Amino acid sequence: MKLFHLRGGIHPDYRKGQTSEKGIVAMTMPAMLYIPLQQHIGLPAEPLVREGDLVKKGQMIARSQGMLSVPQHAPASGRIAAIKELIAPHPSGLMQQTIIIESDGKDEWAELSAPIPDPFTLDPQTINDRVADAGIVGMGGAAFPSAVKLNLGLQKRLEILLLNGAECEPYLTCDDRLMREHATEIVDGARIMAHALGTPKIIIAIENNKPQAIETMHRAASAHSDIKVVGVPVQYPMGSERHLVQAMTGRETPARKLTADLGVVVHNVATARAVHHAIRFGRPLVTRVVTVSGGAIREPKNIEVPIGTRITDLVEFCGGFVVRPERLVNGGPMMGQPLSSLEAPVVKGTSGVLALTADEINERPASPCIRCGSCVSACPCGLLPVEMAAYIRKDNLEGAAKQGVMDCVSCGSCSWVCPSHIPLVQYFNYAKGALNAQDRERRKNERVKTLVEARTLRLEKAAEAKRAADLARKAAREASKATTTAKDEANV
Amino acid sequence: MSTPISGPFTHKANSVQNTMALVLLALTPATAFNLYLFGWPAILLFTVTIGACVLIEALCLVLAKRPLSTLTDNSAVLTGWLMAASLPPWAPWWIGVLGAVFAIALTKHAFGGIGQNLFNPAMVGRTVLLISFPVAMTSWVAPQPLFSPGAPSFSEAIAITFGGQTVDAVSSATTLGHVKTELTRGIPVTESMAQAPDLMDMAWGYRAGSLGETVALLILAGGLFLLFKRIISWHIPVAVIGTLFLMGTLFHAMDPARYASGMFHVMSGATFLGAFFIATDYVTSPVSKAGKLVFGIGVGLLAWLIRTFAGYPEGMAFAVLLMNSLTPIIDQYIRPRVFGRSRKGEPLPLKLAKEEEKS
Amino acid sequence: MILAISSLTLMGLTLGGLLGVAARLLAVKEDPLEEELKSMLPGSQCGQCGYVGCAQAAAALAKGEAPITLCPPGGKAVIEALAKRLGVTADLSEHEEKGPEYAFINENVCIGCTKCTKECSVDAILGAAKMVHTVIAEPCHGCGKCVEVCPTEAIRMIPVPVTLNTWHWPKPMKEQLHNAEAA
Repeated sequence: MKLFHLRGGIHPDYRKGQTSEKGIVAMTMPAMLYIPLQQHIGLPAEPLVREGDLVKKGQMIARSQGMLSVPQHAPASGRIAAIKELIAPHPSGLMQQTIIIESDGKDEWAELSAPIPDPFTLDPQTINDRVADAGIVGMGGAAFPSAVKLNLGLQKRLEILLLNGAECEPYLTCDDRLMREHATEIVDGARIMAHALGTPKIIIAIENNKPQAIETMHRAASAHSDIKVVGVPVQYPMGSERHLVQAMTGRETPARKLTADLGVVVHNVATARAVHHAIRFGRPLVTRVVTVSGGAIREPKNIEVPIGTRITDLVEFCGGFVVRPERLVNGGPMMGQPLSSLEAPVVKGTSGVLALTADEINERPASPCIRCGSCVSACPCGLLPVEMAAYIRKDNLEGAAKQGVMDCVSCGSCSWVCPSHIPLVQYFNYAKGALNAQDRERRKNERVKTLVEARTLRLEKAAEAKRAADLARKAAREASKATTTAKDEANV
Repeated sequence: MSTPISGPFTHKANSVQNTMALVLLALTPATAFNLYLFGWPAILLFTVTIGACVLIEALCLVLAKRPLSTLTDNSAVLTGWLMAASLPPWAPWWIGVLGAVFAIALTKHAFGGIGQNLFNPAMVGRTVLLISFPVAMTSWVAPQPLFSPGAPSFSEAIAITFGGQTVDAVSSATTLGHVKTELTRGIPVTESMAQAPDLMDMAWGYRAGSLGETVALLILAGGLFLLFKRIISWHIPVAVIGTLFLMGTLFHAMDPARYASGMFHVMSGATFLGAFFIATDYVTSPVSKAGKLVFGIGVGLLAWLIRTFAGYPEGMAFAVLLMNSLTPIIDQYIRPRVFGRSRKGEPLPLKLAKEEEKS
Repeated sequence: MILAISSLTLMGLTLGGLLGVAARLLAVKEDPLEEELKSMLPGSQCGQCGYVGCAQAAAALAKGEAPITLCPPGGKAVIEALAKRLGVTADLSEHEEKGPEYAFINENVCIGCTKCTKECSVDAILGAAKMVHTVIAEPCHGCGKCVEVCPTEAIRMIPVPVTLNTWHWPKPMKEQLHNAEAA
């Protein structure tokens, strides 16, 4: 299959060897599980249980709220210990509503929705509803509700389901292991999704540094002529949705459009497996495979973890720390987010937990930019990071926006190559956040203005009505006076 | 709560210091051979120039209240090295010191220090010296390798560099200068070229010229090393040398008596040093690849024009400086196309797959 | 001689006349700056800027008598819009971003006097006479007028909490950078 060239990008030190040969092991059920109500893009879920309630594994404990949201399910049987504000696995370190389950150790499944033996005869909406009910989100890290993405099939004519097994982030091997160990499940999930989306073709893209995964997936897919397994060049950020679509089809997603507008929908391989479980067994998303790695971890592993397991339990399961980690990361080292606390739980989007040493990070204080242009050559989006950062440093956000900061995908390539170690990505993250906040503020101001206008209008109307009433009363009085006078006159 | 630090949490093992050190390493063989060819006076001038640059850098950092640790970034050494490489080898010590003042204090720190200067410091230093002290800056000597008979001893060298002793006895002209002077006397290039050293000798540096620019082959080797190490990209060197060669060859073919050949232009003067080490200076050249090409073509074209038509025999420094002044404009207008957008910055039109297949 | 003078005079008169006509015909109407500025302000007449209402504030802005950072409820967005329109650079350093706030009524203290509901320019306060009032946080834009009229001091302004959906990355700190780069 012909592949298309991607400009820019980098070739970081992949360091996948720490875990790539370690098979997926199941985590022992921790005593306490912490289920944040918001693990996804959109609105948080709404609790369905109260403190003290008994729940079974797979039981829905919070339902989705609004269009862009997903429900949460109990990953273990046990008792609801509390529902309270706890630290979220988020760079801000903010608290959020979290359901705490005390596991009873029995790991009993609740009564699940009936398995669907032949999903290909069902209409797409039924499949999408089941996926939505199972609480499935994009498991590559973005955690976008999967059913919403599958619903695109009902609105647009799609051609290709692109299954993303690129796993271009260093360290992470969870998708690699998943493809090697559960290839048939992934292929089945992909076929179900393709049916729901109405795409005649499935392409599974895997970076060439995972030959065994390519081989296994190839074998698993060989029975289906509509599935193609393609090895793609090792180049970060190959796994970025838009870039992968470009590499596979040569089509460039226009700014502010979706890949679906080009007829391609991208899903992660782990998501496909979750869909398989939801449809074939009625099982909601309550576990995921997480790569625990990094120089500070004693025994790096790939672990099938119940959602809600605290990072500290996970680290303990891997033998604890060898040295004090310099940085804890939720996800891969390029696009992952810093973890503010070991107390934060694993959520649906957690692909990796990395405990990195100072040597691995190689972070230094920033020095002045020497305009070497490395960031410009590395940028896969054709931006000039050096200039955008200069605008943002001087708080000229509008200038940065004109330079295209909103088109930045925060892949981190520029920060990675920068010889001056300037925190370019953080400048861009800040600018994007601040511009979005300004936008929100502007919308709020507009809303305030319409409310004020409505009120003014109402007051004016009320005043007018009052005036009219006054006038009427006055007229009536005058009239009555007139009549009395007339009467008086008549009487005279 | 402390402010979180954003990713990536892995970085390339590089730094400004390493980058500069690699450039110095790439320069070493050529300069070492050149120092051998021009003997003790050259070694003294080289040391004085770099020393002065580092000292002035330190002074400026103190005045600007910046951490002296920045000194370790090797940038002052590189500036001094490149400027020394462009000086006549037997020039007196004060040439080096004055050049350092112009380069470091006035060109670099007056604009805000490393990364902020518009012009290449080494080339400003050289150019100011050339215009202010034309005699000292054009007193060339033929190579007299260390320890060879007739080469100045260490004490004689001290007299030459620090004592102001004139060097008339050994003066010689650069090949470019020679060709130019002869041309003004009405002697065609074809004839004056006959007396010039052959290209092989020129490639090995056996010709009069600046302190560190004559060994074309070793400079080329250093440049290729930088390309291999990805410190520089091919765009600027190829554009500079290519344009120079093209212009030379084209005009030589039209009138061999008036114009020197393309190969001669490439092998003489500061072509290689300029193309690989000076025009590629990060700070003063454009950041995008296309911008670099435009910049390189401009340097090559201007260098050829100045060499051929202007009053000075060598034009590399002027060409680089003139193009430096255009760098901000090049960066403004020549930029990569943003993903998903047209060159004008509008979102790309949505081309459906079907239409694409048809087209 | 006479010819020269007369021709020049004639030319002068014609051209001058033309210019005069052009000035009348092509006259640019005076920029309705005040109106435009007023439309940028929230229009809630909260008076926190020190002027009676938004129209007066706009007039002061147009005359250059008031700083563009005058409007607290408008926040950064308004400052930047004003800066752009007036062609001045927004000096955000002086504008201490106190962060958006909304009004909160202590229900134990509220006596249901309805004074605040009458004052609220966005109808964000619910409550009838003799009933405890509450503020709907969403439309409240933190003008604080209700705080002033409350006879029992039951209302206070509290900052709008930062949530996972509204949090964004801060600008890289100076300490994170080398002195030279921060300069």
